[in-house]
Amino acid sequence: MRKVYLDNAATTRMHEEVFAAMKPYLLEHYGNPSSIHSFGRQARKAVEDAREQVAAALGAEPREIVFTSGATEANNLAIRGIARAQKNKGNHLITSAVEHHAVLDTCKALAKEGFTVTVVPVDEYGMVDPAAVEAAITDQTILVSIMLANNEVGTINPIAEIGEICRKHNLIFHSDAVQGIGNIPVNVDNLKVDLLSLSAHKFYGPKGIGALYVRKGTKLDVFNFGGVQERKLRPGTENVPAIVGLGKAIELATSDLEAEAAKLRVLRDKLIKGLLAIEATKLNGHPEKRLPGNVNVSIQYIEGESLLLSLDLKGVAASSGSACTSGSLDPSHVLMAMGLDHQTAHGSLRLTLGRDNTEEDVDYVLEVLPEIVERLRAMSPIYTGNEIKRS
Amino acid sequence: MYTEKVMDHFTNPRNVGEIENADGIGEVGNMKCGDIMRIYLKVNEDDIIEDIKFRTFGCGAAIATSSAITEMVKGKTIAEAWEISNIQVAEELGGLPPSKMHCSNLAADALKNALRDLEEKRAAQKTE
Repeated sequence: MRKVYLDNAATTRMHEEVFAAMKPYLLEHYGNPSSIHSFGRQARKAVEDAREQVAAALGAEPREIVFTSGATEANNLAIRGIARAQKNKGNHLITSAVEHHAVLDTCKALAKEGFTVTVVPVDEYGMVDPAAVEAAITDQTILVSIMLANNEVGTINPIAEIGEICRKHNLIFHSDAVQGIGNIPVNVDNLKVDLLSLSAHKFYGPKGIGALYVRKGTKLDVFNFGGVQERKLRPGTENVPAIVGLGKAIELATSDLEAEAAKLRVLRDKLIKGLLAIEATKLNGHPEKRLPGNVNVSIQYIEGESLLLSLDLKGVAASSGSACTSGSLDPSHVLMAMGLDHQTAHGSLRLTLGRDNTEEDVDYVLEVLPEIVERLRAMSPIYTGNEIKRS
Repeated sequence: MYTEKVMDHFTNPRNVGEIENADGIGEVGNMKCGDIMRIYLKVNEDDIIEDIKFRTFGCGAAIATSSAITEMVKGKTIAEAWEISNIQVAEELGGLPPSKMHCSNLAADALKNALRDLEEKRAAQKTE
């Protein structure tokens, strides 16, 4: 059976060149970067070379890059680190309704510590309005955290505009850029961010490694102790092979970004067009300001998990924002924040393309999906076949 | 995460559809949680469930439990059908993931609603 992986927003297959770069650091160059002997020095050099690769990709300086275990840790470090470091200046944080839980739950935890949090709403496409961010600012505001691009619906936020507003009000600005790297240009000066989170496995690097960009002069409170690594912000022996992999992955992902994004956009638009040709479907997310590999549609009258199971039986790996797949009793907070009704949110299907996908993959999905939809609709008590003719 | 039996019922659901002039119809669930099950019954003069059909909007577990209960009930008496519980349906399928035991394991409730509807219709006929 044909296998089609269309869940690249969840994770990606490692690039062969990334694996090749990592391998010697798993088997041969196993020194601890803190050791002064030749083994240690070799590992130290590898870590610092990777730091330069990450910095170069973001338009930053190497010393502004802090390696973490991934974006969740980077988001925690950024938000908790700033909130606690700045608590004498104010206690108010601003974020958006469509952030990843690594941001939302960190803000919730801070709310329990006495911080107040404003969660700015989004429009029907899942986009944050910079004016809404500005309107939320009070004399107590210390930090704004808004994601660069949404992981579920692919909508790209006007980060540079929000960054400009934050500078005007002298606020620290963090952006979770996990979905952006390798898909759209990410330059910390152009985006006017002070902190930016990223994760290697989203752009063909290894899992368990990420980074936080920390603009020079931005002070973070520390909550892990035990070593001087990563300027004491992230103590503990560095994960050298993974750091090497992150460096190589970000170099590859940003060097042929334009060509790769153009290829993905063609596949994405063909897939969207084909899916919307199925009756009673709608596109979720912005039609243009959208990640090149993101497709998210709602298929009315059917539920997401049964759709995913059916696609999986045909070899297609996808994801959904239905309650059954969100790990809670509610459908995706992103789709609900966009104003979708429950049925439309439960019937959402996310297909995310990556560098391995081909036009044949898209054709295959468009071949198998209509049958699946028809079968599930025939079972659905809320579908009689007349709804579509009426609407 | 699902047993083979669940996947079998999900891929080849038994007794999908509606019964015209059903003797009893029962529904359970709501769109908020994402599971809606509807069961249709046809009962003969000996109180035996001759035919049963379902329509379900929901996850794999919701569809599989709906399908499984139709097999469990067909040919049974009304009294026997009343005894079937959600837990028995889950057991029939070799178990369900813990997260599915509450929200998606409602087929016996839909059946009970259909049996209640049947009894109400019969009571109404008697008073006519």
